[in-house]
Amino acid sequence: MALKMVKGSIDRMFDKNLQDLVRGIRNHKEDEAKYISQCIDEIKQELKQDNIAVKANAVCKLTYLQMLGYDISWAAFNIIEVMSASKFTFKRIGYLAASQCFHEGTDVIMLTTNQIRKDLSSPNQYDTGVALTGLSCFVTPDLARDLANDIMTLMSHTKPYIRKKAVLIMYKVFLKYPESLRPAFPRLKEKLEDPDPGVQSAAVNVICELARRNPKNYLSLAPLFFKLMTSSTNNWVLIKIIKLFGALTPLEPRLGKKLIEPLTNLIHSTSAMSLLYECVNTVIAVLISLSSGMPNHSASIQLCVQKLRILIEDSDQNLKYLGLLAMSKILKTHPKSVQSHKDLILQCLDDKDESIRLRALDLLYGMVSKKNLMEIVKKLMIHVDKAEGTTYRDELLTKIIDICSQSNYQYITNFEWYISILVELTRLEGTRHGHLIAAQMLDVAIRVKAIRKFAVSQMAMLLDNAHLIASNTQRNGICEVLYAAAWICGEFSEHLEEANQTLEAMLRPKVTTLPGHIQAVYVQNMVKLYASILQQKEQSGEKEAAQEITQLMIERLPQFVQSADLEVQERASCILQLIKYIQKLQIKEVPVAEEVIALFAGELNPVAPKAQKKVPVPEGLDLDAWINEPPSDSESEDEKPKTIFHDEEQRHSRHRQPEIDEEELARRREARKQEQANNPFYIKSSPSPQKRYQDTPGVEHIPVVQIDLSVPLKVPGMPMSDQYVKLEEERRHKQKLEKDKKKKKQKKEKRGKHHRHNSLHTESEEDIAPAHHVDIITEEMPENALPSDEDDKDPNDPYKALDIDLDKPLADSEKLPVQRHRNVENLKSPDSEAPLVEKKSKKPKKKEKKHKEKEREKGKKKEKKVVEEEDEKKGEDLDFWLSTAPPPASTTQPQSEPEVGAAVVAEPQEVKKEEREERDEEEEDEGKKSSKHKKKKHKKEKEEKSKDKKKSKKKSHHSEEETTESVQNGTLDDEPLPPMSSYRLLAENPYIKMTYDIQGNLQNDSQVTVSVIFENKSTSFLKSMELNVLDSLNTKMLRPEGSSVHDGIPVPFQLPPGISNEAQFVFTLQSIVMAQKLKGTLSFIVKNDEGSTHEKLDFKLHFSCASYLITTPCYSDAFAKLLESGDLHMSSIKVDGISISFQHLLAKICFHHHFSVVERVDSCASMYSRSIQGHHVCLLVKKGENSVSIDGKCNDSTLLSNLLDEMKETLSKC
Amino acid sequence: MIKAILIFNNHGKPRLSKFYQRYSEDTQQQIIRETFHLVSKRDENVCNFLEGGLLIGGSDNKLIYRHYATLYFVFCVDSSESELGILDLIQVFVETLDKCFENVCELDLIFHVDKVHNILAEMVMGGMVLETNMNEIVTQIDAQNKLEKSEYMNVFTGIFCISSLYTQAGLAGAPARAVSAVKNMNLPEIPRNINIGDISIKVPNLPSFK
Repeated sequence: MALKMVKGSIDRMFDKNLQDLVRGIRNHKEDEAKYISQCIDEIKQELKQDNIAVKANAVCKLTYLQMLGYDISWAAFNIIEVMSASKFTFKRIGYLAASQCFHEGTDVIMLTTNQIRKDLSSPNQYDTGVALTGLSCFVTPDLARDLANDIMTLMSHTKPYIRKKAVLIMYKVFLKYPESLRPAFPRLKEKLEDPDPGVQSAAVNVICELARRNPKNYLSLAPLFFKLMTSSTNNWVLIKIIKLFGALTPLEPRLGKKLIEPLTNLIHSTSAMSLLYECVNTVIAVLISLSSGMPNHSASIQLCVQKLRILIEDSDQNLKYLGLLAMSKILKTHPKSVQSHKDLILQCLDDKDESIRLRALDLLYGMVSKKNLMEIVKKLMIHVDKAEGTTYRDELLTKIIDICSQSNYQYITNFEWYISILVELTRLEGTRHGHLIAAQMLDVAIRVKAIRKFAVSQMAMLLDNAHLIASNTQRNGICEVLYAAAWICGEFSEHLEEANQTLEAMLRPKVTTLPGHIQAVYVQNMVKLYASILQQKEQSGEKEAAQEITQLMIERLPQFVQSADLEVQERASCILQLIKYIQKLQIKEVPVAEEVIALFAGELNPVAPKAQKKVPVPEGLDLDAWINEPPSDSESEDEKPKTIFHDEEQRHSRHRQPEIDEEELARRREARKQEQANNPFYIKSSPSPQKRYQDTPGVEHIPVVQIDLSVPLKVPGMPMSDQYVKLEEERRHKQKLEKDKKKKKQKKEKRGKHHRHNSLHTESEEDIAPAHHVDIITEEMPENALPSDEDDKDPNDPYKALDIDLDKPLADSEKLPVQRHRNVENLKSPDSEAPLVEKKSKKPKKKEKKHKEKEREKGKKKEKKVVEEEDEKKGEDLDFWLSTAPPPASTTQPQSEPEVGAAVVAEPQEVKKEEREERDEEEEDEGKKSSKHKKKKHKKEKEEKSKDKKKSKKKSHHSEEETTESVQNGTLDDEPLPPMSSYRLLAENPYIKMTYDIQGNLQNDSQVTVSVIFENKSTSFLKSMELNVLDSLNTKMLRPEGSSVHDGIPVPFQLPPGISNEAQFVFTLQSIVMAQKLKGTLSFIVKNDEGSTHEKLDFKLHFSCASYLITTPCYSDAFAKLLESGDLHMSSIKVDGISISFQHLLAKICFHHHFSVVERVDSCASMYSRSIQGHHVCLLVKKGENSVSIDGKCNDSTLLSNLLDEMKETLSKC
Repeated sequence: MIKAILIFNNHGKPRLSKFYQRYSEDTQQQIIRETFHLVSKRDENVCNFLEGGLLIGGSDNKLIYRHYATLYFVFCVDSSESELGILDLIQVFVETLDKCFENVCELDLIFHVDKVHNILAEMVMGGMVLETNMNEIVTQIDAQNKLEKSEYMNVFTGIFCISSLYTQAGLAGAPARAVSAVKNMNLPEIPRNINIGDISIKVPNLPSFK
């Protein structure tokens, strides 16, 4: 056997390890894939072996192959095997592999829950650490739900190494399981003031990440962060906090005012560029939030801009880049202060660094004016020509279009110039943005009426030179402009001078090589063109010419009829038939032009991009409802029709009750009509009646900029935008001269009046008159358009789920699910601290409660009120904090802590209450059954209602419930149970009070956890607490590795006055049959105004036998079998003078001695419990008059007698 | 949040890839390739930031990279991270590697990618910065290595026992092989039979972030 094992490890020596694999791959450069597939086969063999070392080695190699792009998900199960290895070395390999390849879709991931839980509670901090690291990469909603509570516990671990990891991973848990946020938040907040800087930084990190998505919920933390900001010296933490403030200020302008000063100080004092930069950034954010009505901050703006200029001028490209980035933020609100640095920014356009050029481009966007637009665009056009690499050129192209089209072409004075720029841009090769240019051409041609003639002539030229554009490649995005060209020429054909020529150009055989959707537009617009030519010819009486053109159409159209594209084919064949019919009529010499042109009568108006979406869904219309029976699943989904210009916007339909009546139908018809009216591709008989558009005036009512054209501009031949720049300059010059002349005349007449005016005029912007009669048609919007833009939000945003109000007191249903087999005691451990806080605020939900219950409820309400008050106070505090001068740092402290402290103190009672409540409930249920089912039905309904809520509770209190279920068998007992606490006093002096509780650790048969609550009774600050215990042979305190038995364990927190907090210490023991006592000392430093003193407090830690027991439910049949088995020792006791009720008695035993009731008959009950080392303990409790007798059975007689002694002591106190 | 951390050499060969978001293996490779193309064509003296754009979700993300000798260290981060901070983090990472491997070079990363992962895990967890103090990181790494070594030692003693067992059982030759295997395993560094000249990463002394 041993030999076999040994042989396994020797075999292992000859397997390939990771290094061999890497070397092998390097040596097989030619046939790498083949070699790797060989290796994978070997790995598969290795994974089949029993030896965990071999498996780990194989998994390690797989991780490497994963990096090379090989899917290793098939080995997921083996990875889990390696994860569960006992050795850290292998475990780490397993977790690494898992973190690289596990994800939510990995099905075996659910098998890991228990393994991870075990690792999380491992005594070895690196096991825990490795599990946390791994989990952070592959946590799923299920894992998050199941492990949230365990991770919460780890947040108060004694070792900072674990604490910081646990704190960080909480963010991932929140993301996957948003319900955990509220219960966990108080503790997270607490960690902001953790003594360890790493933990603090982690907490800041998590809260910043949370606050970035939903800042308003974290506004109340502002004072705390402010304090951290002024006290912390860690730049990482500072940066995070400052970034966080940047997100918070838009919500609370007062906060911004408060921040300006310390931030300015930081800007002046810090030497770290990163910090300086973030400060500037946040100051900018503050200024943006204050932008209205705060003129006296110009100094801050100047400071920022100055600092940024220094950054931009720096030789370090990184700083330059960031300077530009921040500058663009200022630009939005304070464009004036940035515009003065135009020189610098234009200089950056010539930088060799693309990232910097792109940033500079962004800035340009905000710097253009009517005056400098042409100049800037000219500069950009030069860059376009020079640019290497299509991405940058595409970026330039989009920027040019953005700059020119911004705010409704506000800065364009000459649209002929703009059209020629667009036409020039079409000469770019290999750009992806053909459709952008096309959209602009269409937009301008449609909306600027005056430019149509010019646009049409340019487009005709484009169509004529289509071969240049389309020839390069079919896939060339630029051919999209032909779409626009064809449409413009067709739609506005009345402006076309050489219509015949254009028509011929459109009928060229080459056209058939264009993409289908462009051909379709060609075909459609050919007819428009044809119609207008026909009209022209008929009017001038050239019948032959008209027939000729018809003949041409008939000859050329068939090439489109043969098109593979359905749309083209359909349109072409339809039109071909139409024209054949026209030809017939023409031969009969019937005038047809009027009728043909009628086909295309009416104007097409632009529709606002969101118009469709803004049409309110009429009441009663359910867009999701099937009109017909839904089709069977087998039907394949239709391919989505390819949209040409815009992606179809997702429609978020709302569910409404479908109620249809006459009125509704009429309304729908109206809506449909309107939709048609708004559809540019829907040909309607007449322009839609204007009165429908209440919000936006129609074409005729558009405010038109009336400018008299001084010089008609026309550049012959192919336009060059540069010529326009010159012409424009001349024009402006002329305009100026003319105006000056006028002014002079006026001046002569009325001197004094216009004197001041004149000096302003020369440079002012408004002076530059557009060269065209520009009437920009606003886009149409439907009637009752919804004004909000809310629909822009993505409903699938994962961070939305975390938008949770954190100040609200916790509700009952929110507690974290606790591991199933944990018991009542667990609830009192600090890990459930948060769930306990929530109980305070529990809403009264069970109306069927009896009076006494109600009374207690009242008490609870009181507590709730307290919480609310506290909350209010908090809100007030924030206001107070914001409204006054910087408060002393200490004022923020009590804000966060009292609550926590209160929670800890109130905790044990709360638990009991909870427990009792449930018990009463159950009993009531039982009682109802026996008492003639009177209200049963009624109550059941209610029960049902609260079931959902209760479910989670039941799950978490499984064992508890078990207890109560058993108890219910007995007689009904209404008497309330007195509050019980399992925390016993450990030691006390004027400074500090310690209470403790001991719990067994189910996962480890030789460990118990001691939870100690430290309460600061003094008015001083307690710090550097260290707890040390004199180990006995049997019982030892678990200390960090490397420390000697004489070292104490530091308590991971400090205590401000009046605050209590809880720490946990783990002890290992060998034998558990006897109670133990350990001597120990707590040393701490008391710090107050007078100075600090070192104090000590001795204590005796009493490990009772009951603390080794774990409440374990047991069914009566199993219990009976156990008793029958006969390997149990027996012993019994009798206690006299018992006055309390039997139920109380049982509850006491359950609570203090960790038993559960198996069965109860009248005044007799059987109980069961199990020790951490697996001893069964069975009890039979009988109550006589004023006395109780307990018979016990257990595997170990010593344990039993000790237990019974303890019990006797407890009961004798009753 | 850090979305991904990539290390590849001047030829685009991945030396480490850590994604904090789920991508299929194919996508991962594509991202590495595209990132390499973006980064590699940039000059030495341009800024270290790149708008990732299309690569890893959304325009919110940036690529922040440093180039050391033969290796590119690329971090893909979103707007919640400080750009200069991440640059410093990369520096800390490389310096830590340098300490843990003693004059780190590309070969160390090639043959010990698992160790690099372990070091990284002490700095960044689930996409969030865990620790930036190099001494703290090195301490934790050393402690873990020690733990690992102690576990190995147990195996060794086992094997030596066994080799004597083998001798007793008359399996000639086996002990020698076992011992050589053990030796091989015991060697902390791999034989550098592939000579690629001097490719050790020089860690420049940059203004520290502290």
